[in-house]
Amino acid sequence: MSLPVNPRSYFPSRHLEFTVIGVFLVLLTIVFPFLNAHGIISDYTITLWGKYLCYALLAISVDILWGYTGLLSLGQALFFSLGGYMLGMYLMLQIGMLGSYAKAGQNPAGLPDFMVFLGHTYLPAFWRPFQSFGFSIAMVFVIPGFLAFLFGFLAFRSRIKGVYFAILTQALTYGAALMFFRNDFTMGGNNGFTDFKFILGHSLVDNVTGPETMRGLFVASSVTLFLVCLFCHWLNGTKFGMVRQAIRDGENRVLFSGYATANFKLFVFVVAAFIAAVGGALFVPQAGIINPDQMTPDKSIEAVVWVAVGGRGTLVGPIIGAIAINALRSWATRAYPDSWLIILGLIFLIVVLFLPGGIVSLPEKFNAWRNRSRKPSEPVVART
Amino acid sequence: MVWKKILRPYLCTVCLFVGLVVDAGAKAVAPKDARAVIVRAILATDNGRKRELITSLAGQGDEAIRELFIAWRQDGLFIYTRDEGEKIPVELTGDRDADGTQSALRVDDGKILKDFAGNPLRLDATQLVAVEHDAALRRAMKAVVDLLDLGSPDLSKRLRAIQTIGFAQKSESLPVLEARQEIETDENAKVALRLSLALIQLADRDDSVKIKALSDLAVLHSSASYDLIKATRAKAVLAAKPAVVTAATKALAAIDQHKSVVNFFGTLFRGLSAGSILLVVSLGLAITFGLMGVINMAHGEMITVGAYATYITQNVFEDGMHFTLPFIKVAVHLPGLHLTGWAHQLYFIAAIPIGFLSAALVGILLERSVIRFLYRRPLESLLATFGVSLILQQLFKLTFGSNNVNVDSPVYLSSNWTLYDITFDWSRIFVIGFAGVIVLGVWLALTKTSLGLLIRCVMQNRLMASCMGVRTERVNMLTFGLGSGLAGLAGVFVTQLGTVGPSMGQDYIVDSFMTVVVGGIGSIFGTVVSALGIGLADQSLQQILLNPVLGKILVLLAIILFLQWRPTGLFAARSRNLD
Repeated sequence: MSLPVNPRSYFPSRHLEFTVIGVFLVLLTIVFPFLNAHGIISDYTITLWGKYLCYALLAISVDILWGYTGLLSLGQALFFSLGGYMLGMYLMLQIGMLGSYAKAGQNPAGLPDFMVFLGHTYLPAFWRPFQSFGFSIAMVFVIPGFLAFLFGFLAFRSRIKGVYFAILTQALTYGAALMFFRNDFTMGGNNGFTDFKFILGHSLVDNVTGPETMRGLFVASSVTLFLVCLFCHWLNGTKFGMVRQAIRDGENRVLFSGYATANFKLFVFVVAAFIAAVGGALFVPQAGIINPDQMTPDKSIEAVVWVAVGGRGTLVGPIIGAIAINALRSWATRAYPDSWLIILGLIFLIVVLFLPGGIVSLPEKFNAWRNRSRKPSEPVVART
Repeated sequence: MVWKKILRPYLCTVCLFVGLVVDAGAKAVAPKDARAVIVRAILATDNGRKRELITSLAGQGDEAIRELFIAWRQDGLFIYTRDEGEKIPVELTGDRDADGTQSALRVDDGKILKDFAGNPLRLDATQLVAVEHDAALRRAMKAVVDLLDLGSPDLSKRLRAIQTIGFAQKSESLPVLEARQEIETDENAKVALRLSLALIQLADRDDSVKIKALSDLAVLHSSASYDLIKATRAKAVLAAKPAVVTAATKALAAIDQHKSVVNFFGTLFRGLSAGSILLVVSLGLAITFGLMGVINMAHGEMITVGAYATYITQNVFEDGMHFTLPFIKVAVHLPGLHLTGWAHQLYFIAAIPIGFLSAALVGILLERSVIRFLYRRPLESLLATFGVSLILQQLFKLTFGSNNVNVDSPVYLSSNWTLYDITFDWSRIFVIGFAGVIVLGVWLALTKTSLGLLIRCVMQNRLMASCMGVRTERVNMLTFGLGSGLAGLAGVFVTQLGTVGPSMGQDYIVDSFMTVVVGGIGSIFGTVVSALGIGLADQSLQQILLNPVLGKILVLLAIILFLQWRPTGLFAARSRNLD
C-alpha cells in the first residue's frame, strides 16, 4: 500500500488561513441575522445556511481524521446523527400536549406521537432524563464520545488501519442504522423524530417568534463552527498536532520513535466524534427532522467527498466543500432533479481524478498552468 | 330404559360403521355409480333407506355428488314419469322460457333428457313431482358433501380435507377415514390419515384408545398435533390418569426432539444457502478489492447490471421490450422471441452468460476510464467508485424506472422438495451448487491458466511484473473485468432471491465487504470460509433470536470483535511489509 498523497495547505501561512475563516465566520454571524431581521434575506435562506454550517462541522470532523491523521472514517454520519438524536429526544419531549394524538385526546401522558402509535402507555425510563436540556446536551457529547472511545480503543489497539478501518466504521454505521430503523428500539423507527415545537421555551414553528429562534440557532451554529476552527487551529500548532500529522505521513516511524500512536489516534477519533455530534445537535432543530437515513454509510461517504472537494488537510477546505456541495445540491435538486445524483457522482470522479487537492488547490493549479504557458522551457516539477 | 338412551349414539355409530364397511367392501365405486346410488335414494320410498343410501356415498370424491345434493336441498330435483310409468329423476336447470319450461338433466348420467325421437325435452317444474327432503336427509347430505374432498382426485385437496377432519376430532368421522385408509395409495395422504385418526382417537373417552393414539402421535411427531396433545395432558393431569400423562409426555418429547432435529438441519441448510449467496455476491469483490486493492463501491451496481441483464433476457424471450437511454435519448427496441413452454423457461440459463458478459463489459469500461488512475491511491478509489455507483444507480432509474421490475422464476427453480419436514427450495439448492461451480471455476482460472498466473504476479507486484514484460495494463483490465463479471453472475442469481431495482446493489455492498475483510484480503479461500461462516452464524442467530435484524446487528458486532483477534482476517496474505 502506497503512502497517501501528501496534502498540504495552499495558504502561505496557516495563520492567514485561520484569519480568513475567522473573518468570514464573524461577518456571517453578524451580517446574515442582521439582513434577515430587516427582511433582506429570507427565513428559508437563514435556515439553509444554518444547516450548511452544521454540515461544515461534520466535514471538519472528517477532515481532522482523514486530512490530518490519515484515518478514513465512514462512521462520522453516525456520530452526527447520534448527536442529533440526543437533542431530538429533548425536542420530542418538549412537544408535550401539542402532538396530534394529544390534540385528539388520545395521549393523556403527553408521549411523543410515535410512541402512542406503537402502543406505549408510559415513557421508557431512559427517555425521562431528556426532559432536561442540560442532560440532553451532556448526552450529545457522552453517547457519541463513548461509542467512539469504545470502537476506537478496540480498533486502534489491534492496529486496524487504512482500508480495514474504513470498512469497519462503515459496518458500525450500517449496524447502528439497522438498529435505529427498528420500531422497538423506541427511537422513532424509520420516521425518526420530527414535528418539533419548542427549544428552551422558544417556538420553532411560530410565525413571529419562529424566525427569531432560527436566527438564534444560526448564530449558535456559526459561533460553534468558529470555536471549533479556533480549537483545530490551536491543535495544529501544538506538538500533539505535529505528531498527528506525522502519524498520517508515516505511522510506523512515529511508532518506532516511541510514540503510542494508538492513544493519539484514539484522542483524535473521540474529538472528531464530539465535533460531528455537536454539528448534528445543531442540525436537528434547524432541519426539523432526524431519521436513520441520516446515519447510513452513504451519508458518511458524502461527507468525505465534501472534504475531498474542498481540500483535505486544510482547515478552510471542509468548510468550502460542505457549503459548495450542499448549495449546489439545493439548487440542482430543484433545477435538475433527475440528474442531481449524476452531477454529484461526476464531481466525485473529477475531484479524485483531476483535482486531488480540492478547490483550495485551484489557485496553485492555475499558477502552475500560467507559469507553464509563460515559460515552456522550464521543466515542471511533479508534486509528490 | 336408561341404558338404551346412553347406548343409542354408540349403536348408531356402530350401525353406520357396519353400513359403511359394507359399502367400503364394494369400494371400487366408479364415479358413475355415485349417480346410480343417488337415483336409488331418490326413488326409495322409505326415508330411512334414503338416508342409508346417501350416507353410503361418504368418502367418495365424485363432484357430481356435491352438485346433485345441492340441487336436491334447493328443490332443484324432480321426478319425471314417462308414459310407460318409468320414473326418471331429473335436475331442472337454466332459465325458464315463455312456457315456463326449463332444460332437464338426467340424474343417472348427467345428460340432457330426450324423448324417444331423440329430441331434448323441456319440462315445466310445476307439472312435476319435486323430490322431497327432510331435516335428517339434509343433514346426511351435508355430512357427505363435507367429506367429499376426502375422495378428491386432487392430492392437495384431499390432504387438506383429511387434516380438517382430524383436527375437528369428531368420532363420527372415524369410519370414513378408516375406509379411506384402505384405498388410499399416496404416501403423504396415508401419513395424514394416520395422524387424523390418531387425533380423533385422542378425543376418545377410553384411556387405552387414548394411549394408543398418543403412541401413534409420538411416531408421527407432527408439530401440528402439539397443542392438542398438550391439552390432553392437561386434562389427564386434572383427572389424575398417570398412564395417559406419561404417554402424552412421551409424545410431546418425541415431537420436541423431531422439531429440534428439523430446526437444526433446516438452519444448517438455510445457513449454507445464505452463505452461498454471500459467497456468490462477494466473490467478485474478492477479486476487485481483495486481489486488486480497489475499494470498489460500485460492486453492488455490477450486481445490478447482471440482474437487469436477466430482466432484459426474460423480456426478449417473451414479447420484447423497448426503453430509452437517458440523456442521449436513443430508443432501444428489442424484438421478442415469443417463446413458450420449455424454450421460454430456458431464458434463465441464457441469462447466465449474458449477465456475466454485460457486467464484465461495464467493469472493463470502468477500469479503463477511472480505476486505472487510482491503483496507487486505494482510499481515493473508494470515493471515485462511490461516485460511479451514484451515477449508475441514477442511470438505471432513468432507464428502467425507479420501481422494482419483475423477474419470473423458471419452473425448475420455483418448486421445492420436502424431506423429513425440512423444505429445500430448488433455488437455494441451485445457489449452493452454483457457488461451488464458480468457486471451482475461479480457482481453476487463477491457478491453472496462464492468465491466472499473470493475474497473480501482477497483483503481487505490479512494477516487477511490468519489468518482466507482463502487459500489466491489460492484465489489470481483464482482472477487473473478471471480478465485475462474477458480480454480474451474482446479479443473475439474486433475481431469484430478492427484488430487482435500481438501488438493489446497496443491499449487498456492506455484506460483501465484510465477507472479504473477514476472509482476509487477497485470499479467495478465505472469502469462501468467511461467507459460509457468516451465513451460518446469521441463520443460527435468526433461529435463536427469532429476529432477523437483531441477528444481523449481532453478526456485525461479532465481525468487529473478530477483527480484534485477527486484524487482517482469517487467511491474510503473509508479508514482511509494514505498510
